[in-house]
Amino acid sequence: MAANGASVFAPWDDPDQTPLIRFENVTKRFGDFTAIDNLSLDIYAREFFALLGPSGCGKTTMMRMLAGFETPTEGKIYIGGQDMGPIAPNQRPVNMMFQSYALFPHLSVYENIAFGLRRDGQPKDKIEARVEDMLRMVRLQKFAKRKPHQISGGQRQRVALARSLAKEPKLLLLDEPLGALDAKLREDTQFELMDIQEKTGTTFVIVTHDQEEAMTVASRIAVMDEGRIMQVATPDRIYEFPENAYVADFIGDVNLIEGTATPSGEDEVTIAWAENQQPIRAKTQRKLATGQKVFYAIRPEKVGIFKEEPTDVVNKAKGRILDIAYLGNLSTYHVQMPTGEIIKAQSANTRRIARRPFTWEEEVWVSWNGTGGSVLED
Amino acid sequence: MRRFTLIALPYLWLLGLFLVPFLIVLKISLSDLNLSIPPYMPQLDISAGWSGLMDFFSELDFENFVWLTEDDLYWKAYLSSLKIAVVATFLTLLVGYPVAYGMARAPSEWRPTLMMLVILPFWSSFLIRVYSWMGILSNEGFLNQFLLWTGIISEPLQIMNTTTAVYIGIVYTYLPFMILPIYSALEKMDDSLLEAAEDLGCSRLKAFWLITFPLSRAGMIAGCFLVFIPSIGEFVIPSLLGGSDTLMIGKVLWEEFFNNRDWPVASAVAVVLLMILVIPIILFQRNEQKQREAEG
Repeated sequence: MAANGASVFAPWDDPDQTPLIRFENVTKRFGDFTAIDNLSLDIYAREFFALLGPSGCGKTTMMRMLAGFETPTEGKIYIGGQDMGPIAPNQRPVNMMFQSYALFPHLSVYENIAFGLRRDGQPKDKIEARVEDMLRMVRLQKFAKRKPHQISGGQRQRVALARSLAKEPKLLLLDEPLGALDAKLREDTQFELMDIQEKTGTTFVIVTHDQEEAMTVASRIAVMDEGRIMQVATPDRIYEFPENAYVADFIGDVNLIEGTATPSGEDEVTIAWAENQQPIRAKTQRKLATGQKVFYAIRPEKVGIFKEEPTDVVNKAKGRILDIAYLGNLSTYHVQMPTGEIIKAQSANTRRIARRPFTWEEEVWVSWNGTGGSVLED
Repeated sequence: MRRFTLIALPYLWLLGLFLVPFLIVLKISLSDLNLSIPPYMPQLDISAGWSGLMDFFSELDFENFVWLTEDDLYWKAYLSSLKIAVVATFLTLLVGYPVAYGMARAPSEWRPTLMMLVILPFWSSFLIRVYSWMGILSNEGFLNQFLLWTGIISEPLQIMNTTTAVYIGIVYTYLPFMILPIYSALEKMDDSLLEAAEDLGCSRLKAFWLITFPLSRAGMIAGCFLVFIPSIGEFVIPSLLGGSDTLMIGKVLWEEFFNNRDWPVASAVAVVLLMILVIPIILFQRNEQKQREAEG
């Protein structure tokens, strides 16, 4: 990558780029149930795009429509500028890695990977070379002759990946690809996936309900709920600048404080949120009306916790420690206000636990600055 | 001790109800025809002691088995039975596979009902069901009446008392034994395998041929054995539906036993039939074992 900042991979910010995939007002209904609700979305070539949401949010339906197993009830899907409406799954430049891996149990690892290549009627030596390449890529050369039931779950996952990449698809769909792996293996595999994605230059679209996984691997994330996209952005923007309470709440841990807004100057607002508490002062680009109901979202790690009343801070509140969650490297303190609201504050455990400065039932102050949180409209 | 009893029970069962009767049949097959009750000799006379036992064994011989090779009726009957069983098994597979496939693809709430429909015929007597085919297939039967009524034929078809009727009878009777193992193989199959095949460039038909078909192979093999093994020795169907030209070993055995009252020859026929059947039974067991290992 060149040293200048211009080469940062962000085709979505470049109006001259044409997307590889375009969802145009796509709606999908199953009977009375609307799985996808008038959804438009652009995904660019070489992206590692994550569809993130709880089960039943429509993310799998989106993926199955890309693969061609479902057809949109309304709207159009384009891949590489071509309308995918009339194109059967076996004619699309798309391959899919299934959640269950869907390895053919009667075929060896080698034959599984060669399956798609054989269907294209490629010459034998070319197929052989390609399968060998794939086996090397996923480090399974030694297992080529084994049947799927003779290898481990992690190895099966890699066979599935190799099989779906063997035909060099323009677009690879991954349906909860790491769901069946244990935590440690999952982490390793995430990095392996990113590595392979970068090496092959294939566009990846991954479906997952695991926000950490999406944050780790994706160039952009679409957070979905009930058939709609709640926000599409890079992982850091999703985390730092959620556009609505749903996204703020879904991704990571957050304090969501409800209050009434009063604009108080250029890009600034004060939010009255609890009796006898100093109103929150926050920066925001939103144009808010006086008296409008808003949510103020702030991450626990951006909230400091103090024994004495801090000075020189924009926002502060006094409360009592209700609970302490010890996470090893971090501790999360649940601080209850006299009016009942709970604000979570997180701090790094730089000292051993025996020397922790705070304990249960203690009166403490929490504070945060004006730019740490986001003001969200209801 | 308890473990020993547990293992001993099934062995005693097999010994008492399979091995002992078989040895009796084997013994009769080595005896000679005699006009007495029972109609064969020698009889074992225990009171004569050791010499009686020696006399008894010295009179046993393989005469009846030699006879089976001399009269061409027998080997023709064995061969014809084999042929009818093979063809009938194949026909049952042709009919049973689509039925099993349809059942496995049906919405899951229908499947128990469909399964019930396949098993339902077992609730009435086998003999009655074969008799009712006589009512359907005979010259004045429902089938001919229907075909005459539609005008497709002007003369009744002679189906009854032909080998065709035997095929119809066997396919009808043993169809559930073919459907159930194939259904159970197809039903276990993960639908995403077909989607994966399609995703990798197969047409639907090709995906069936490359994925569904090989994955149901063990079920097909099991079904074929379950149909083939009983139909080779079938007696009721050929004797009720078949004609004089339908030669089957089960029928020959019956006639030998009841018409000729030649127990020794009938027993020899039975012993040879059993020998012939041991081969497919062993192959069947091996298929089952392989299947279990593959699922391991």
